[in-house]
Amino acid sequence: MDKAQLELVRGTLDVLILKALAWGRLHGYAITNLILRQSDDALLVEEGTLYPALWRLENKGLVESEWGLSENNRKAKFYWLTSEGRKHLRQETKTWEAYAAAVGKVLSATRPPQVEEA
Amino acid sequence: MNRTPFWRRYARLWKPDVRADVDDELRFHLAAKVDQLIAQGMDPEGARREAERQFGELAMVQEVGERLGRDRERSKQRKDYWGGLMQDLRYALRTLSRDRAFTIITVVILALGIAANTAVFSVVNTVLLRPLPFPDSQRLVWMESGRSLNATLRDAAGLSGLTYTVAAYEEFQRHNRSFQQVTGFNPFYGNGEFTLTGRGEPQAVLGVMVAENFFQTLGVQPMLGRLFTHEECQKNGRGAAVLSYAFWQRQYAGDPNIVGQAILLSKKPVVVVGVLPASFDFGSVFAPGMRMDLFVPAVMDELRYWGNTLAIVGRLKPGATVSQAQAESDILFPQFKAAHPDWFEDYASTLTGLKEFVTGKLRRSLIVLWCAVGVILLIVGVNLSNLLLARAAARGKEFAMRMALGAGRGRLIRQLLTESLVLSSGGAILGLGLAYAITMYMAHQGSIALPLLSSVRVDGAALGWTILIAVATAVLFGFVPALRASTGNLQDALKDAGPGMSAGRKHERMRAALVISEVALACVLLVGAGLLLRSFLKVLDVDLGFQPSHAAVIKIDYDDGNDKNSRIRRAQILREMLRNVEAIPGVEAAGETDMLPLGRNRSWGFQAKGHTYPKEVATVALVRIVTPGYLNAMGMHLLEGRDFNWQDVEGRENVVIINQAAARRFFPGEDPVGRLALVNGDTRVIGLLSDVREHSLEFSASPEMYLPAAQTDPEGAELVIRTKLPPEALASAVMKTLRSLNPSQPAAEFRPLQQIVDHSVSPRRFFVMLVASFALLGLILASLGIYGVISYSVTRQTQEIGIRMALGATAFQVQRGVIARALRLALAGVTLGTIGSFVTARWIASLLFGTRPTDPATFGGIVVLLCAVALLAGYLPARRASRIDPMNALRTN
Repeated sequence: MDKAQLELVRGTLDVLILKALAWGRLHGYAITNLILRQSDDALLVEEGTLYPALWRLENKGLVESEWGLSENNRKAKFYWLTSEGRKHLRQETKTWEAYAAAVGKVLSATRPPQVEEA
Repeated sequence: MNRTPFWRRYARLWKPDVRADVDDELRFHLAAKVDQLIAQGMDPEGARREAERQFGELAMVQEVGERLGRDRERSKQRKDYWGGLMQDLRYALRTLSRDRAFTIITVVILALGIAANTAVFSVVNTVLLRPLPFPDSQRLVWMESGRSLNATLRDAAGLSGLTYTVAAYEEFQRHNRSFQQVTGFNPFYGNGEFTLTGRGEPQAVLGVMVAENFFQTLGVQPMLGRLFTHEECQKNGRGAAVLSYAFWQRQYAGDPNIVGQAILLSKKPVVVVGVLPASFDFGSVFAPGMRMDLFVPAVMDELRYWGNTLAIVGRLKPGATVSQAQAESDILFPQFKAAHPDWFEDYASTLTGLKEFVTGKLRRSLIVLWCAVGVILLIVGVNLSNLLLARAAARGKEFAMRMALGAGRGRLIRQLLTESLVLSSGGAILGLGLAYAITMYMAHQGSIALPLLSSVRVDGAALGWTILIAVATAVLFGFVPALRASTGNLQDALKDAGPGMSAGRKHERMRAALVISEVALACVLLVGAGLLLRSFLKVLDVDLGFQPSHAAVIKIDYDDGNDKNSRIRRAQILREMLRNVEAIPGVEAAGETDMLPLGRNRSWGFQAKGHTYPKEVATVALVRIVTPGYLNAMGMHLLEGRDFNWQDVEGRENVVIINQAAARRFFPGEDPVGRLALVNGDTRVIGLLSDVREHSLEFSASPEMYLPAAQTDPEGAELVIRTKLPPEALASAVMKTLRSLNPSQPAAEFRPLQQIVDHSVSPRRFFVMLVASFALLGLILASLGIYGVISYSVTRQTQEIGIRMALGATAFQVQRGVIARALRLALAGVTLGTIGSFVTARWIASLLFGTRPTDPATFGGIVVLLCAVALLAGYLPARRASRIDPMNALRTN
């Protein structure tokens, strides 16, 4: 994987995490599971990238965390969106959709663009 | 997610542990993964290994987590701190605005204390701490001759004994190696009194004769135009003058075109060559309380024959020290004396830094003043503590409640300190405004003879000082009450509706101790102020040797031609003038002199003919050149002989009147009247005068001689008029008479003679007024303290008093009990204060005059005063106590 792809992946990862938390308070493991399930097992968020991304989001004030108990009574750290995080998610979603549409248009083009007459 | 028990939310109860947090979070992730894999059918061991494999580089993630966690912790702490501070501040402002009376009293008291401190600091900073307003001013040195004279001789010689001849000045200038530049000016300011004519009414202006390099040596650049050229400083050179900034503004409304124009100074055309900057105030450095209008060149070839005429100032070479220069002058002057056998004096000199010369005498007074305001600040601080304690006692329940709800002790102390900081900031802001007004007022008191006073202002340093003392007061005196407030017994405070009994008592003991120290401090201040005030009254009480009341003085001008006939002409002019002035209704007597007492002076040689004196007797006396009638107009006492008359003129026998001090020195054990003395030749002593205070009220009289204006040449002219009318009522009539005789008589001010005396005592008055007002402030604060404590204890004991009254105690008994308590507090404070006062009094002994540091009247008076105030402060609550209705008191808790 070269650097450009990594950037892209991480940028996407942030939105994915925010989107996952939009459903409610989750711990890190649940976030991975949720993304995996909602992408029909297409997107596996590796733990090595998930946690640093989560912590960065927390430092930016987009998510907050608190210790709590998991489903089977283990001590776990739960995350949720702040209002700022929610705003950020909306914005990033729009940006992503525009980007995806643009990339889609280019990739699905069947003819070269028409040259403008001078 | 399950509901989390609250203790689990605080997993890091004591302090955040980032490493453990990251570790726990990752461990959970692994465990969850293993669970899932087992649920999918994997064996536990395999599941664990699979999970770890999937997790990848655990160590790296851990490290990233710790770094990010630490960042987060830091920013959170910062936010918490500011958030907490803002919260404290908001809370403090809210509670303080609810308790308005308390806030206003506290802020006003703090403001008074801080204002006094800031104002005095500004004075101390300007006069003592800040260098003189010249570049590299620490290299400027003041030279004073007359070191080989003993103290009494130096007094006798006056200014003449401290100055130099032109020859001595030039020799020193030529031969010294320590100084970059040596300059001089003529401190006999009468030589520079001119009448400015030409525009409008004639004006009296005061000029100073300065050497060619005077301004260059001080490092003063003209604001407009230039300084003197070499030619202008030579004999018969073109007349030139440099204006002071204030005079330029006053007389010429700051018109820059005046530079290059000629003005008429005593009828001689003089070209204004430059204007000095506003920052240069000659008077405030060299002649406190005098306002110099302009500067003219000191023409050395003219001054050469006038005797001792120059004061010397030098600028040291870089690296040279005052002691080196002193050592050099100790070698040089004896050499000069050996080379010039015709010199009258050896000019053994004392060299001091100019700053030391200007302000050295004030050092002690100013330090005393500084200490006095320091004591005021202490009293204010103790008062603040006291008020805060009282408030804390009333808020005991609030604090207990907050502690019960989980507020930590540190948090509570912080909250209380924030409150005292808010109070002291309020006090500082108000105090700064006050101090600004005070310093503005002081800076414009031109008549106070204190150096540098005109440049006193609240500057950056004073601002820093204000902030420092405000914060220090808040923290120091806010801390103890805060500590006290936060240690209350929770249950007691909450249970008891009224102020907790035991806590109340502890508070009260503490407050009593504070009040006692307040009274003690106030006592020290009052005794100090009392001693200074008594000294001041003693000074005013001194027998001046003349009657300052009912007399006024005006500077006059006449033209005697300045040639060989001028003495005859002068006698005619003055006789005519005095005859006319005495004819004005209301004028009882009039006379003229060249110099008034308590001002400028000069000395000439004097000895009894045929006498030889031991070497240590200075054969000099101060000279006054006067007209017949002057002694009478001044209200001086002629003990023996006669006054001058208009027959004592040039050509007749030369005559002189001397004072007792001169008789004692020059005619020991003899009757001087009728004897011959040597004053520029044989002179008959015709009168003996009682002593006149010459230098100041605080030094005993020096030998003096009075010579008739018709036989000697005066230096200046002051008309003294004795009248029962207020001087202003006569001013226009006198001026009309003077103008009719001499159209160029300047429009001079008609000053009461008393003003000259006042000017002489102005520095002492200045200090006494300040110290006395501080002492008064201390007294008020101390009485407030007593009142506060007694009043509070009455409130607290309402029930107890009610019981006692119900059991038959009379109102008188109740009152007596309360007042006795107030007196006990006061007496304890006074006892401590008296001990402190003895120490303080010894320390300020050198500032006293005619008053012993242990003056029983002052000490006794202050003790009585403090007790009386305590009585009053105790009486008000006592009256309230005696009016308690037993039934009401018992019913309410």
